[in-house]
Amino acid sequence: MTLAPAGGGASPRVGIVDYGAGNLVSIEQAVVAVGGRVTMVRRPADLADLDALVVPGVGAARPAMIRLARRGLVEPIRAWIEADRPFLGICLGLQLLFEGSDEDGAETLGVLAGRTVRLADAPTLPHIGWNQVERTRPHRLFEGIAEGADFYFVHSYAGSPAGPAEAAILAWTTHGRPFVSAVARGRLCGVQFHPERSGRDGLRLLANFLGLAAAEAARTGGDSNRRPNRRPSRRPSRRRPRSGDLERTA
Amino acid sequence: MLRRRVIPCLDVAHGRVVKGTRFVDLVDAGDPPTLAERYAAEGADELVFLDIAAAPEGRSTLLDIVERTARRAFIPLTVGGGVRSVADMRAVLRAGADKVSLNTAAVAEPALVRRCARRFGSQAVVVAIDARRRPAGGRNGDPDTAEPSWEVVVAGGRRPTGLDAVAWAERAVELGAGELLVTSIDRDGTRSGYDTELLRAITSRVPVPVIASGGAAGPDDFVAAVRDGGADAVLAASIFHRRIHSIAAVKAAMAAAGIPVRLVPGG
Repeated sequence: MTLAPAGGGASPRVGIVDYGAGNLVSIEQAVVAVGGRVTMVRRPADLADLDALVVPGVGAARPAMIRLARRGLVEPIRAWIEADRPFLGICLGLQLLFEGSDEDGAETLGVLAGRTVRLADAPTLPHIGWNQVERTRPHRLFEGIAEGADFYFVHSYAGSPAGPAEAAILAWTTHGRPFVSAVARGRLCGVQFHPERSGRDGLRLLANFLGLAAAEAARTGGDSNRRPNRRPSRRPSRRRPRSGDLERTA
Repeated sequence: MLRRRVIPCLDVAHGRVVKGTRFVDLVDAGDPPTLAERYAAEGADELVFLDIAAAPEGRSTLLDIVERTARRAFIPLTVGGGVRSVADMRAVLRAGADKVSLNTAAVAEPALVRRCARRFGSQAVVVAIDARRRPAGGRNGDPDTAEPSWEVVVAGGRRPTGLDAVAWAERAVELGAGELLVTSIDRDGTRSGYDTELLRAITSRVPVPVIASGGAAGPDDFVAAVRDGGADAVLAASIFHRRIHSIAAVKAAMAAAGIPVRLVPGG
């Protein structure tokens, strides 16, 4: 199978938000494997020149929000989403889009109506392992991926869209009761599973997401005024020094 | 529906995968990232690296292996062996592992489980329990007790702890373990099948997923670990390394027995 992002052209610049400990290597490697150029985002200035933003993460909402706030990233992320720029929230990164989390009572980004709630009637918790993702409608994110394909989950809570956000529901998964495992609204995407740990189908999904970002890159071209969050003093985006080494594996 | 997982375990020492009965007769079985990538392509649902040397001077080698693996095998990776602190765990996660397995250090200092879970989330903390069946006579040594019981052993099965394995499993979950890796030391390396009584004793008492380990000889043993033992995942080392059975063959047998598994095309 081809893993190059659809749309062709230059490889999109993908920011991965780094807001603390945890495994960022696998998402970084997966994005590189499907042709993205990765910038680790640790402060607002790192958002300059990006075509797409990924918020990964596992664990609880409150420490994550505290770390995002400490790094000054809460408002820039909200602005990014409001401008309908390509965004992918993974696991906790999806949960943070809702208004709050029952896990620890944290107030989260509030981009989608609804709350993050504990999985109901689950036979085991955490929900760990491969499970089927059942789509409600066709979407570019799942292009080339079989209906009901397995993805890897590690979580005990999931976002529960309410009101207008219900229209964003893209897929369901069942563990005990069904929960929302993917959302999409415009170019805002979120998945409760870990595409970076879901083998070939996971890489395919990331490649599809990068396709959205490639289209974004083509749309904005060199017109930097269309990108929010740009600081007046232009500074190069931070690349990890070993990125050249990493790209060899792509 | 949640799939039952098949997990190859790679015992690593000094930068190489070794095989043999877990701690003796070690034979070089290859480069860990290469083997990891092969297993991922063949349908492994996860991978476990166990640093059986766990020598402080070998840590950078291990972290390098973890990082090289994370670049090539896009499935979850658990690393165990030699993790004794939150800082150790952080280093392993930052290298690209998704979960860390705590064994001897957790028994020595149960609060470590809680600290690691608070810092990184329960989903990243696996407590590995090596259990040895107590001689007939039951939990309190009462010969009239028919119930079997198991004692937790550490240091690769060499040191008994006096802890009851089921009680320790429950305690580990209370402390924040998100998963348990349960190894029957009696069965490990013997190819006499998983200890399904041990597994059932634990899976019936804890809400978290349990990974069965120790004793796999063939596909039927994987079926029994799930069906009789209630395991959510089944781990094996030598039958995969020696290519006695493929992951696909094991999964086909599980599927034929009505167990939901993830089937990988060409796997």
